[in-house]
Amino acid sequence: MTALSALLVRDMRLAIRVGGGALMGVLFFLIVVTLVPFAVGPDLVQLRRIGPAILWLGALLACLLTLDRLLAADHEDGSLDLILMGGTPLELSLLAKAVAHWITTGLPLVIATPLLGLLLDLEPLAIGAVALTLLAGTPALTCIGLIGAALSVALRRGGLLLPVLILPLTVPVLIFGVAASNAAVAGPLSFGAPFMILCALTLGSLVLGPFAAAAALRHGLE
Amino acid sequence: MALIDLANPTRFLSVTERVLPWLAAATALAFAAGLYLVWAVAPDDYQQGATVTIMFIHVPNAWLAMGVWTVMSIASIGTLVWRHPLADVAGKSAAPLGAAFTFLALLTGSLWGRPMWGTYWVWDARLTSVLVLFLMYLGVIALWRTVDDPARAGRAAAILTLVGAINLPVIKFSVDWWNTLHQPASVLRVGGPAIHPSILTPLLVMALAFGLLFVTLHLAAMRNEILRRRVRAMWLLQAHPAQGA
Repeated sequence: MTALSALLVRDMRLAIRVGGGALMGVLFFLIVVTLVPFAVGPDLVQLRRIGPAILWLGALLACLLTLDRLLAADHEDGSLDLILMGGTPLELSLLAKAVAHWITTGLPLVIATPLLGLLLDLEPLAIGAVALTLLAGTPALTCIGLIGAALSVALRRGGLLLPVLILPLTVPVLIFGVAASNAAVAGPLSFGAPFMILCALTLGSLVLGPFAAAAALRHGLE
Repeated sequence: MALIDLANPTRFLSVTERVLPWLAAATALAFAAGLYLVWAVAPDDYQQGATVTIMFIHVPNAWLAMGVWTVMSIASIGTLVWRHPLADVAGKSAAPLGAAFTFLALLTGSLWGRPMWGTYWVWDARLTSVLVLFLMYLGVIALWRTVDDPARAGRAAAILTLVGAINLPVIKFSVDWWNTLHQPASVLRVGGPAIHPSILTPLLVMALAFGLLFVTLHLAAMRNEILRRRVRAMWLLQAHPAQGA
């Protein structure tokens, strides 16, 4: 357990310090949300209607942006090999890395959501719903992304490949995240059902992600 | 055990060399019979007219679009679990075929949709999930084309294929949900009544023909891949004559 917590603390420290780029995702999120009104027009009624979708899409892209650093930096300086050879099960180590990555990149997105929701003129209820669904859904994005990061870590052109591999797999998370947000505001359906399924997707990917990523690393780096 | 006998690439090459002409002939025969049934025997639909003919191309392609991913998943298990030497060859050569069948299913469906629904594309649950399937095929192909070493690429693609196989039902299910939220099921009621034998028989013959076409092309692509790897090995040997000798 100490090895895992040490790994967790180390990853978070590295992300916060210079060159870690923890806040790069939030900055990107802000820019994407700022760009949307330029594309669809400054009509507040329309922005309010598609606001949850914009926030979810922006968060998805921001998650994607930071994913290639999840394992690549450790691969470059050799510490990934140490993790592979260490006594701790690789699945658990990867889960710890994913948790650290989510705390430094996913959680800031959730915290920034209310502010960006104000820019899109969302009601307080909608802002709360989007923030809550992002809180429940972004861990799934990180864990699915972990698989892509593990598959592409040793590749020279992995950065471009990762979104191609990952984005089709994130379709269910996006669907249920936006569905739950919209249901909370106006939808004929209840907020509970899609939100529960979103949580189920997160729990499922928490199991699947580390195992698939560990298998990919073991086969890919030997 | 036929599978273990075929594990030797040389034996696989000699067996397929004998089998392939017969398979190709059977494919041609099945297509001839199927197309004859489609054009001469199957009646025009009373509502859709002659455009119902598209169905005989569309439906087998859609079945194969899903079937080929199943073949790739089995090959992936062969790669990861049994280290079967031909499994990653099978997986690699199946991916472009699967993408082609999926693309044909989308294309024919789109051409069929234009006269029937009045639009080339509808964000219907079924269409959307097939589109996602197509994107995943392209992802697997992209992964194969990015990694230089075939053995490493094979294992990475196998993991991606299996993750995809787990995710495909989830994607299908969630897209169904998404569609029922936004759009009532009024546009697409193609299934309608149960299929009459005069339509069903040509459809099954055409499905058999496309299935044979896939097996033929797949075996031929696997042969090409094995030969390509041998050529690659020869190049590497030439580059390092001291180690090779």
